[in-house]
Amino acid sequence: MGWLVSIGLETHVQLATSSKIFSGGATDFGKTPNSQASVVDLALPGTLPVLNEQVVEYAMRFGLAINGKINKRSVFARKNYFYPDLPKGYQISQYEEPIVEGGSLTIWVNNNGKTVRLTRAHLEEDAGKSLHDIYPTHSAIDLNRAGTPLLEIVTEPDMNSSLEAVEYAKTLYELVTWIGICSGNMQEGNFRCDANVSIRKSPDCPLGVRREIKNLNSFKFLQSAIDFEILWQVGQLEEGRKISQATVLYDANKNETRVMREKEDAHDYRYFADPDLLPLNITNEAVEKVAQDMPELPNEVKTRFAKTYRLSREDASLLGANRQTADYFEETVKQARKLITFDNLEKIISNWILGELFATLNKNSLKIQDSPVDPHNLAKLVSRICDGTLSSNLGKTVFEQMWISKEDVDSIILQKGLKQITDSSEIEKIVGTIISENLHLANEYKSGKDKALNALVGKIMKATKGKANPQKVKDILKTKLGY
Amino acid sequence: MFAKTILQLSQGLQDRQFSAVEIATLFLDRIEKFSNLNAFLDINRDTSLKQAKAADKRLAERRANPLTGIPIAHKDIFVTTDFKSTAGSKMLANYKSPFNATIVDNLQSAGMVSLGKLNCDEFAMGSSNENSFYGPVLNPWDKEHVPGGSSGGSAAAVSARLVPAATATDTGGSIREPAAFCGITGVKPTYGRASRWGMIAFASSLDQGGIMCSSAEEAGLIFNSMLGFDSQDSTSVDRPPENFNRYIDKDLKELKIGIPREFFDSNIDNEVRVAIQAALQALEHAGMNLIEITLPNSHLGIPVYYVIAPAECSSNLSRYDGVRYGYRAEDHENLTEMIKKTRSEGFGKEPKRRIMIGTYVLSQGYYDAYYLKAQQVRQLIINDFSSAFLDCDIIAGPVTAETAFKLGDKIKDPLSMYQSDFYTIPASLAGIPAMSIPCGFSSTGLPIGLQLMGNYFEEAKLLGVAHSYQKLTDWHTKMPDGIS
Repeated sequence: MGWLVSIGLETHVQLATSSKIFSGGATDFGKTPNSQASVVDLALPGTLPVLNEQVVEYAMRFGLAINGKINKRSVFARKNYFYPDLPKGYQISQYEEPIVEGGSLTIWVNNNGKTVRLTRAHLEEDAGKSLHDIYPTHSAIDLNRAGTPLLEIVTEPDMNSSLEAVEYAKTLYELVTWIGICSGNMQEGNFRCDANVSIRKSPDCPLGVRREIKNLNSFKFLQSAIDFEILWQVGQLEEGRKISQATVLYDANKNETRVMREKEDAHDYRYFADPDLLPLNITNEAVEKVAQDMPELPNEVKTRFAKTYRLSREDASLLGANRQTADYFEETVKQARKLITFDNLEKIISNWILGELFATLNKNSLKIQDSPVDPHNLAKLVSRICDGTLSSNLGKTVFEQMWISKEDVDSIILQKGLKQITDSSEIEKIVGTIISENLHLANEYKSGKDKALNALVGKIMKATKGKANPQKVKDILKTKLGY
Repeated sequence: MFAKTILQLSQGLQDRQFSAVEIATLFLDRIEKFSNLNAFLDINRDTSLKQAKAADKRLAERRANPLTGIPIAHKDIFVTTDFKSTAGSKMLANYKSPFNATIVDNLQSAGMVSLGKLNCDEFAMGSSNENSFYGPVLNPWDKEHVPGGSSGGSAAAVSARLVPAATATDTGGSIREPAAFCGITGVKPTYGRASRWGMIAFASSLDQGGIMCSSAEEAGLIFNSMLGFDSQDSTSVDRPPENFNRYIDKDLKELKIGIPREFFDSNIDNEVRVAIQAALQALEHAGMNLIEITLPNSHLGIPVYYVIAPAECSSNLSRYDGVRYGYRAEDHENLTEMIKKTRSEGFGKEPKRRIMIGTYVLSQGYYDAYYLKAQQVRQLIINDFSSAFLDCDIIAGPVTAETAFKLGDKIKDPLSMYQSDFYTIPASLAGIPAMSIPCGFSSTGLPIGLQLMGNYFEEAKLLGVAHSYQKLTDWHTKMPDGIS
């Protein structure tokens, strides 16, 4: 359409600590309103903030994961504004000196890697909630969320489509949940994005005037909000109108963005260093200590999976989408290797996880860590397929049974008499019977109709209840029919 | 009895000459008798006597320490569960805290008996106590004069012996100036020594709790229980406990007392100048060496202070919005109006003035010129003291240029009121310990204070010098007429 889109994201990641960033108040979600608000969260007179050390470690973990610079000194500042769910009348945030600066994240779009540069990541506290639908004439305030720790992660305007923006958000989501700093519950608002969108004619032009879409808490809304915004901006410019800087809200029901405030209404937040908190100093030793405990990161794992297990980039990405799936996959490989040596073993396991297991998990709304079929059992099942005991189809039957009864693979095979018939003489006997009962098919095949062979195989498989090895059946048929 | 020092009261309690309940009753009766001073904002006889009984039990069981059973009262800036905590403001009329300030808890643990809460300027903003929503406090030496501020209630109460000691807070001189005006001993420790948990904030980087009593030795004794690290205050300094009276019996003859040239300018009242010079000579007679020093940036103290303190206060006072607690205006159409009306009606003139100044100096386009610049100049003032303390141990000078002024004299003229803090603000900006001790009287019978300032964490040395002066003189034992 002749327009170049630039998108930058600001993401609020809720850090998975049990207590708040500046108080001992609990961070549990969904509790009775105001039951989780301590005297500090309520901003009672005489209360003071004390920094929760855990959030610093989490921010350091993130800084290391994105290869950013962890500042030796960062400063908490007060962002002053009045709002009834902001108890102190200011939010403690980081402004001029954030804890993390720089770094980048690689995203994959259509099998191409792209680097998104990160500007900064800073620590801040969340506000409470105003509820307008509880009382007819009054608003209600719930301060349970007030003081919940957030890491705000800001990118450069490096993304050029809604698809890239969503891919970035998903990659970031995978990363922060992977390194264990965010529990990732999007319904509870653990991961919220603001998108800055602007368009321009060509890369030679300066960035266009941006509008910021606030508070997008699902990947779907992120994509549709940006798509709407781009179309709107293109429409404006093509009709010769100007775009003015604004903050907008996305209405998912109407699929449109609406102006919340124009630039001229922007708050003067009167930032200044919070005198109740000392500057945060981080030593090299502290960074090293966190670095030692860093897990292998999603991108590293995906690359390793693709390389060492000879998987496609796509499959490796799916298996490396979260730590639980990656762990499940690697554990299954480890167990299966103990049981059998087989070419393509890892590919078969990958297919089973991404196919049958994922489908069944989805159907039952279960997470992989809660799967009734554990890596040990799946490994055993795969080994029974690889050693010819089970056909792939029988394997699925066994899988279904395992899902329900959690029994051992071999005992299910025995109970149900599912063992594949591999004994040639037995198969030959059955093949002979089927040919004599279906001479017309045999003749059709001999006269060159290949389809007839498949029909015969089908009848033999039916007669054996699927237990005959299909390849062997085919081979014997061909020999018998003199091919 | 009320004229006894804390050490004498302590001895009497240990010897069972009288009980903590008897002492508490005596002082509670005095508080009621002299209620015209308007020093107290809240008392609760039952609560105080209960604490006194507990103290007597401890004394009987020989589990007491020197402070057990000694009465104390708290500036109404410290929150308490037993009494209302108003900060001298309409905004917090009837507010009761669900927790105690750390300092209050510390003194209670030592067995001190709380007699109530003391009047002060609204949110500790003022130098005369005339900014209290609950009316001015009168100076016991002359009831037509102010007691000083913002800890005016504390100073008047101790001066009139309504209580042997009182907590107070100092942001730019709020302990030292009223102590000087009321002829008592007032000490502000190093910033970070006294926990700010439970101390209603005015200007966080300057606010520091301290004590008012009759002598340096008493102050040291109370500091031993009152000060110390508090993990609930991020600016609290973690240092091992110490005996703040350890210099009291030491020979301080070799100490060098620095006299800042800038503190003896033409603004100073002649009677005050004479009294201070006499006090300095007394120190010299005691064997200490007087040397002239310079604090070249001290004249910048007031302008710097009146940028930084209002900036911090404009933010600290934002929580008083009528949403969760405290005063809420009636008759409002919407939320914005509710917050506006609440703050317009709930705050007095001085907090509003400082909120306006603070909001202005932090605003975009002004921040660099005012707030940032003020922080830089603050550093220069700190550097002044660092250089001075290379040459001397203690710095001495006046607390105020003149004695207590008359009620109503300055309240209409904020700038001249702000000037009252000229000599006290530099130590507050630097965060060093400083104190005021009585050193004489004006011809009209009003007390004059000598200011002593020490290097960081050298409260013990500071108190040692003050004590050696109080051994030589009896100004600190003088009491106003008409308090019997």
